[in-house]
Amino acid sequence: MSDSTKLDYLDLDVKDKTFLDTTEMVLNMGPQHPSTHGVLRVILKLDGEKVLGTECIIGYLHRGVEKIGENRTYTMFNPYTDRMDYVAAVSNGLGYCETVEKLLNVEAPARAQYIRVILTELCRISSHQVWLGTHALDIGALTPLFYAFRDREEILKIFEKYCGARLTTHAFRIGGCIYETYEGFEEDVKKFCTFFLPKLDEYEELLTTNRIWVTRTKNVGILKPEDCIALGVTGPVLRASGVKWDLRRAQPYECYKDLDFEIPTGVNGDTYDRYLVRVAEMRQSVRILQQAVDSIPAGPIMAKVPKVIKPPVGEVYHSIEAPKGELGYFIVSDGSTQPYRVRVRPPSFVNLQALDVMVRGMLVADVVAVIGTLDIVLGEVDR
Amino acid sequence: MPEESKGPESVSPPAEGAKAPAEAAAAKNPQVQPEAPQAATAAVKTPSPAAAPVASSEAKPAAAPVAKPAAPAAAAKPAVPAAAKPAAPPKPEGPKPEPWESELVTSLKQQYGSGIVEALRYMGQKYVTVDSSILPEILLRMRDAEGFDYCVDITAVHYPKREQQFDVVYVLYSFPHNERIRVKARIHDGEHVQSAVAIWPTADWLEREVFDMFGIVFEGHPGLKRILLPEDWKGHPLRKDYDILQQDKEWVQINLGIESGQ
Repeated sequence: MSDSTKLDYLDLDVKDKTFLDTTEMVLNMGPQHPSTHGVLRVILKLDGEKVLGTECIIGYLHRGVEKIGENRTYTMFNPYTDRMDYVAAVSNGLGYCETVEKLLNVEAPARAQYIRVILTELCRISSHQVWLGTHALDIGALTPLFYAFRDREEILKIFEKYCGARLTTHAFRIGGCIYETYEGFEEDVKKFCTFFLPKLDEYEELLTTNRIWVTRTKNVGILKPEDCIALGVTGPVLRASGVKWDLRRAQPYECYKDLDFEIPTGVNGDTYDRYLVRVAEMRQSVRILQQAVDSIPAGPIMAKVPKVIKPPVGEVYHSIEAPKGELGYFIVSDGSTQPYRVRVRPPSFVNLQALDVMVRGMLVADVVAVIGTLDIVLGEVDR
Repeated sequence: MPEESKGPESVSPPAEGAKAPAEAAAAKNPQVQPEAPQAATAAVKTPSPAAAPVASSEAKPAAAPVAKPAAPAAAAKPAVPAAAKPAAPPKPEGPKPEPWESELVTSLKQQYGSGIVEALRYMGQKYVTVDSSILPEILLRMRDAEGFDYCVDITAVHYPKREQQFDVVYVLYSFPHNERIRVKARIHDGEHVQSAVAIWPTADWLEREVFDMFGIVFEGHPGLKRILLPEDWKGHPLRKDYDILQQDKEWVQINLGIESGQ
C-alpha cells in the first residue's frame, strides 16, 4: 500500500480560521446536485480551483436493506435486492439467488443459466449505457445521453416482454427462473445485437476522438493498480488500471465458463481508459449474448427447490461480477425460513471510497468527471 | 461520536415506558414466531405428499374418506397441498461445516496455538476463527505472507445468546492464488477491535459501517463515526435486540404528543 491511498478526514471543525489569511475554502457539493448522480454530498476542501481533499457524506438513501432481509423470508427478500442498484436490478437478483442456491446446495438448470446470463448481460449493457449517458452529460456532451437512453429502450422492452417490468425486474427466483422465455425472445436478442453494434460505433464516433472529451478525461482521476487493490476497487475501474480480473473468468458462475469473451483492460487507469474499458465491455457483452442465444439448451428452468426455503445452518459468501464491480452477498442461515444475517457487499460503496484518492490535486471540474467515471448508484451505496 | 463509542449499548432514551415491553418482545427472538407456523406446515405436509400424487390406496386406513384424503390438510393450511413434492419428506441432513486442514492452518496453529479457535470449511468455502487479540497479526500475515492482498468485505454478525456476542468477519481474496478465505473473530459486547485501516485502506468505510450498524469500536481508526445513519441516531440497527419501532414511537410521542399506533 502506497501512502497515496491513506484517507485523511477533513478537519472541518477549525472555527477560528478565517479565510482572510488563507486561500483554502470549503465547498459543499450536493446532496442535490445533478452531477452527484443522486443524493451524494461531497465536501470539498479547495485551494482556489485545486482540490486539497474531499469527504463524502452518504446515507441519504439508506433503507436498511440488510435489516429488512433479517425480517423477511428468503423468497420475500428477493425483490428488495432489485432496489439497491436499480440501474442493474437483474444482476442484484442474480447474486442473491445464487448465494441462496449455494446455501441450499442446488444449481440452476442449464437452460435457466443461459436465460440468466442473457438477461444479466443485457442488464450490463443497459447499466453501461446509463453510465455513458450521464457521464458524458456531466462533462458537457449532451448528445450521448439521448443516444444511450434511446437504445437502452430496446433492452428494457425485452425485459418488459420477459417479466413485465422494465427496471425492478425480479426476473430470477431461487433455483432458476420462474418465467419461460416468450415467443421470439431469441430473435429479439439477436435483433438487438445487430441493432446495437453500429450504435456503439456511433457513441464512439461522438466521443473517442472528440478533442474536448479527450482533454477532459485523459490523465484525470488516475488510479494505480496497487491502489485499486488496496482500496478494494473492483469492476471496470480496476480493469482500466490494468488488472485483468473479472469474476466471470476468475471464479466462473452460471454458464460463463462455456462462453468465449475477453476481459478488456486499460493502461493508464485514468477516466479515458475507464471509458474505453466500459465501451469494450459492452462489445464483449454483445459477443456473449450472441453465443448464449445460439446455444441456449432446452430443458427445465427451475431446479428442485422446496416451496418453503429453509437452508441448513451455515454461512456462505458468494459474489458475482455486477456491472459496477464485485457484488457479494454474505448470508448466515440459522436453519429457519428467514436469513439470520444478510450482508451485501456493494461495489459502488467500496469504489466511491476511492474518490478522495482520485481527485486530490485535481480541479473541481474533475471531481464531476471522477464521480461520473466511478459509476456509482446511490441506491447501492446507501442500501 | 465520543460518547457513542464509550457505551455502544446505551440505547435507553427517555421513552423508557414505551420501550420496555417492546424490548421484551424483541428479546423473545422475532425469529421464533414465524417458526411456529412453519413447524405446523411441516407437520401437515408429511401426510399430504404420500396421499396426493400416487398412493391414495396406500393412504393408511386412518384417513377415512377414500375420495379426498387431502381434505383435512387443506382445511388446516390452504397453502400446503400445492407443495405435494414427492422428494420432500426425508430431507437429508444438510451439509455440516467440516474441519479444514491445510498447510496454512497447520502453520497458523503451530505459531498461535489456542489463538486459532477453529478452522472450518463449508460448501467449499474456508474460514478460520481466531482470537481477537491476535487478529491484526493474522490479518497482516494474510496480506503479506499468504497473498490475500484484497480485503473484500468487513462485516459482523450478532449472536445475542452467545457469551461473545459478535462475530467480526473479514472476507479476503488473493489475486495471485484466486482464492477466498474468511477470517473471523468473536468478541464480547463492548470489546474493541484493532482497526485494519493500516493494512487495507478499504477497511475505512467498511469498519465505519460495522460501527454504525453494530456499535463495534475499531481502535486506531482515523475517523470512526456513523456513515449511513445520521450522527444523532440512537442505537445500532443490525443488533438483534434493536427495536425497529422504537425510533418511530419516540418521534410520534415527541412531535405529535400521542402514543404511536404501530
